[in-house]
Amino acid sequence: MRKMMQVFGVLVVLALVLSACGGGGGGGKFRVAIVTPSARNDLAFSQSIYDAIVKVQTAKGGPDKFEFVISESMFVVDDAGAAIRDYASQGYDLVIAHGSQYGGVLQEIAPDFPKVSFAWGTTVDTFAEKGIKNVFAYEARSEQGGYVNGVMAGKLTKSNVVGVVGPIETGDAKLYVDGFIAGVKASNPNARVTVNWIGSFSDVALASEAAQTHIGAGADVMAGTAQMVVGAIGVAKDNNVLWLGTQANQTSLAPNIVVANQIYDWSGVILEMIDLINKGTLGGKAFEITLANKGLYIEYNSAYSLPADVRKLADDTAQGIISGAISVK
Amino acid sequence: MIGELLTLQVLLGILTSGIRLATPYLYAGIGETFGQRSGVLNLGVEGQMLIGAFAAFYTVRQTGNLWLGLLVAILVGALMGLAMAFVSITLRAKQGISGIGFFLFGLGLSDLLFQKMLGTVQTVSGFRPIPLPVLSDIPLLGQVFFNQNLLVYGAYVLVPIASFVLNQTTFGLKIRAVGENPEAADSLGVNVSRIRYITVTLGGAFSGLAGSSLSIALLNVFQQNLTSGLGFIAVALVYFGGWRPWGVLAGALLFSMVNALQLWVQVLGLPIPSEFAVMMPYVLTIVALVVAVQRVRPPTALTKPFVREG
Repeated sequence: MRKMMQVFGVLVVLALVLSACGGGGGGGKFRVAIVTPSARNDLAFSQSIYDAIVKVQTAKGGPDKFEFVISESMFVVDDAGAAIRDYASQGYDLVIAHGSQYGGVLQEIAPDFPKVSFAWGTTVDTFAEKGIKNVFAYEARSEQGGYVNGVMAGKLTKSNVVGVVGPIETGDAKLYVDGFIAGVKASNPNARVTVNWIGSFSDVALASEAAQTHIGAGADVMAGTAQMVVGAIGVAKDNNVLWLGTQANQTSLAPNIVVANQIYDWSGVILEMIDLINKGTLGGKAFEITLANKGLYIEYNSAYSLPADVRKLADDTAQGIISGAISVK
Repeated sequence: MIGELLTLQVLLGILTSGIRLATPYLYAGIGETFGQRSGVLNLGVEGQMLIGAFAAFYTVRQTGNLWLGLLVAILVGALMGLAMAFVSITLRAKQGISGIGFFLFGLGLSDLLFQKMLGTVQTVSGFRPIPLPVLSDIPLLGQVFFNQNLLVYGAYVLVPIASFVLNQTTFGLKIRAVGENPEAADSLGVNVSRIRYITVTLGGAFSGLAGSSLSIALLNVFQQNLTSGLGFIAVALVYFGGWRPWGVLAGALLFSMVNALQLWVQVLGLPIPSEFAVMMPYVLTIVALVVAVQRVRPPTALTKPFVREG
């Protein structure tokens, strides 16, 4: 027992020393902390913010000028709340809560640290109505790329059945799927889109079986969103069914059947936030990434030979959304 | 509405999906059955599965050898089981808490190794479906039952073997005796700790195998938290199955078939909210559990560490 107390004591001292080194001492560096619900390399939602912050760091002159830390896999909201509070009390300039489920804890934490700027996504709510002034909001108009992907799916399907694997019918995922369905209907009114919401962001086995179900129902083109779709992409690959991805580039998982991916690039939004923070505005503004501001873009898989007319239609559709000629709801 | 579900295409689809989905539950659940029949509750199944899944995936990714991957998964699973046995049998720790500890350990370690050694989600070519000669030519059902990958067949073959070992062999008799009345077994010269060590280690090996059935046979990917709660459902299925391999099979198939059914309900566009559809397997399992538990009594010594008198 005494030995354990000694070990514990050493650990406490160590923790204090380490936190003393970590805190303060920013020395003109801009410091950003990010909390994400899944792993930074999930090829989906968390990957998108990680890729963006790496890009921002390069744009801002590298690690000497711009420092960032990331707490990933914070699927327990209370843990995420503790991490957010920690980073705020360590004086980070910007703390990004990358998950709509973090809104509740952020609303409690942000007023305690009026000099720290927070960002919350994906949402449009900055809590300005509740008198909180130091929270930015950001969201992806993922229905736009969803629509473009849907237009391609509608043209590419021969069986006129298109399957979608989704996590939970809410937020970003619902926007994307709604946009996708509208896109399919626009390019191919005869096609039927079947959707499977599997009730989980992490159940890879069920996502895989959902894809099997779509194929059993005749689908020859599929799409899906969130990190568990890697299971569905595997099934698409085995059955030679085409796949349209979103949130990050999923081509590496199945280079033969991935047609295109809608990529999220949050770096522009983060750079704008940093500019505002440097000018003294710590929150209150809601940002969105769109095809028009290039926060969203379609990345085509060069290894897949997309028919030229479908490619042109997709490009025209994206242009139409940017110019406002096509409105996606 | 019911009519749309009763087409041949849908019924065969549900059967095929259900058989695949049940596979990891069978390995993990039967392994857990051995442990619980000897009196040890291991809640660390999920963690053991994750470690097994990663070990198999990484081995196959590096060597391309599926059999080696399988072997490594079984070995690391057994090692995790041995550690659980040491903590719960030799150190007599509370089984519920130490099991959760092993779950968190497996979750964290598999994620850490994944981040450091793979860095991103990748794929392997795993076990392919093997159509069994003659049997797979049976009209309709042949393709459902006899065109699966090797680890799926293995899971179903395991059920009668496990049942035979538990009920018809001396070893099985010792396991049951140790789980029901360890004092009596001890006085008859059965080494209680040794039997429990064997069953818990065996359970770990099967959990590792369950993990590998996902990562190198059914899904062929590894991702953080790949098992996503499957291991806990496997533990529940042991209770559901009344601590018998055939019961575990019935529970695993029921749960998986209803899950497959709800996928079809959504694909067919039946007017049931998706939130309700995904609840169906869980609700049904709880109902069945309530009914089933009335009939069967758990092993008397379950969760009780054995302390030799005198």
